[in-house]
Amino acid sequence: MADVQRHVARFTNDSRIPGWDRAADLDKEPAVVPDAATTEVPAELRAAIEDGMRRFPIGDSAFIPALYAVQEHYGWCPPEGIEQAAAVLGRTPAALTAVATFYDMFEMEQLGRKSVYVCTNISCSLCGADELLEALEGELGEDPDVNVRGFECLGACDIAPMASVNGIYVGPIGLSEVPELARQIRQGDDPLPARQLVKRPSADPKVAEK
Amino acid sequence: MTDTLLFTNIDEPGLNTIDVYEARGGYKQLERALKMKREDLITELSGSGLRGRGGAGFPMGKKASFIPKGDMQKYVVCNADESEPGTFKDRELIQKNPHQLIEGVIIAAFAVDATITYIYIRGEYEQQADILDAAIAEARERGILGENIFGSGFNVQLELARGAGAYICGEETGLLDSLEGKRGNPRLKPPFPANEGLFNGPTLINNVETLSAIPSIIELGAEGYAAIGVKDSAGTKLISVSGNVERPGNYEVALGTSSREIIYGLAGGPVDGRKIKCWFPGGSSTPVLTADDLDVDFDYDSLEAAGSMLGSGAIIVVDETQSVVELAYKLAKFYSHESCGKCTPCREGTRWTFHMVERIKEGTATPMDLDIMAAVQEQITGHCLCVLGDAMAMPIGSLIAKFRDEFESEIEANRNERERKLAAEFAAAEVEIEGISA
Repeated sequence: MADVQRHVARFTNDSRIPGWDRAADLDKEPAVVPDAATTEVPAELRAAIEDGMRRFPIGDSAFIPALYAVQEHYGWCPPEGIEQAAAVLGRTPAALTAVATFYDMFEMEQLGRKSVYVCTNISCSLCGADELLEALEGELGEDPDVNVRGFECLGACDIAPMASVNGIYVGPIGLSEVPELARQIRQGDDPLPARQLVKRPSADPKVAEK
Repeated sequence: MTDTLLFTNIDEPGLNTIDVYEARGGYKQLERALKMKREDLITELSGSGLRGRGGAGFPMGKKASFIPKGDMQKYVVCNADESEPGTFKDRELIQKNPHQLIEGVIIAAFAVDATITYIYIRGEYEQQADILDAAIAEARERGILGENIFGSGFNVQLELARGAGAYICGEETGLLDSLEGKRGNPRLKPPFPANEGLFNGPTLINNVETLSAIPSIIELGAEGYAAIGVKDSAGTKLISVSGNVERPGNYEVALGTSSREIIYGLAGGPVDGRKIKCWFPGGSSTPVLTADDLDVDFDYDSLEAAGSMLGSGAIIVVDETQSVVELAYKLAKFYSHESCGKCTPCREGTRWTFHMVERIKEGTATPMDLDIMAAVQEQITGHCLCVLGDAMAMPIGSLIAKFRDEFESEIEANRNERERKLAAEFAAAEVEIEGISA
């Protein structure tokens, strides 16, 4: 079976440290905190980052909320977005990049805005997740707006095989339902409404008794 | 046993709103707890015998008693970064009954005198995080969070922090680093979080299920709660059953229920009457058990005696049609992907194990590789700052030990297959040596 799961940034060249194989450029000026006065930051991005900063006693804790805000604004984490966030946070862009590359959900390359995560971990793969991922990639792999990727356990093994479509958990997805789901994703419709996790009752018979 | 504590009214529409929750007696236990003395509250939690539901099984009351007294800022952090493959119990609790968790967090915060609390939820649970966010806002509006709650003079804040996709952030110190806005690398222990945790302050970290159980403990009293379950494994536990079973899902059972009853009785057993090849009792990080172990009681000590552990209480059932090599492949791939890279045995060990399993699949492995693989697992175990490496070493080590024949025959079969392919390619290729044509 082909290795269908895309590598994340912290895995490039088999290392977790991005750029570990590139020599440092000694002529380059040391990294500085972008000047908050001259860096233009979109108002809504600034508001979202500052909201994150208010939630924690230490500003650095807002790195992850800030990166989410950047990703929300640009669809990924582009260098200029990270620069803007760094200006608001008063940190160097490198500090933010270091954090961003650690987490799977931050995209360091421009990809489709619609995200489709297919769980390919144990429970789901026992129920046919690899076939599901292949089928979804076949349907949507060419679409530049859609980012289909295999993902680690999404914590929904009860609906295996499943996928998270823009954060909405759907499953179990039969292979026959893939074209329908792909159409809904392309058109931005509610994905397989009958199969959404939030509508699923508890499996425990004691709950149903009451 | 028909005990339902955590799952009481769980499917009632609107239970995630404060009105329905309060109508079902919600936040009453908080009010009661706030009238108790802190020491009595901790004694109550200790006496209940509640053990951590996240994986380690450390007694909750004891953990709370480690938090030092004094004026320093203390924190309570709820670990909702449920990423252990096979585990999905916290997701259901947060989604359907977020206020029960909030109530538990506030009681725990009062017990250890922490005024700042966080719930760290994994980034993938977007819908659940939104529900929890709404519930926190409701509680804040009603004055259940904030200053002088229920006129007790106790102030408490609660914030929701979202992770962004990293298994290691479910490890408590990795979670703290992530909360501080860093890469989620685990820290050296000691100092333990109870002494030096979030922002260097004393921090109590507990799993969602542990904290959600607290209101029931206050309601039933320590003795009432301890009476459920068996000795040293008190209370009820949510069991997430998944894999090759008829009815996967979360089941609340009293600890000490037989595993057969859970897998066959509640979850319906494997589909089409297949046999069970092996099962993970506590998520993918626990050593596997076989069909012979089905009569083991599902509690902390019995599972340990059977050579495994309760972990997060997530049963993954693997039926006879599945290949153990494929299972080992998925495991190794997952843990090598999720290793943060801080400690060498885990970073390299998980990677090389993955490459070795890949070799088995490619048909380039030899039976000797199994010994090397087993040795690598031993060398990882206990040699890292956190247990992520062990979490791969234990299931893979136990798979090799219990299914060695199957590994060997698959190595043999894949080798033969590869040789056949190579021979066919060789025969099909037109051999041309300079000067001589065939």
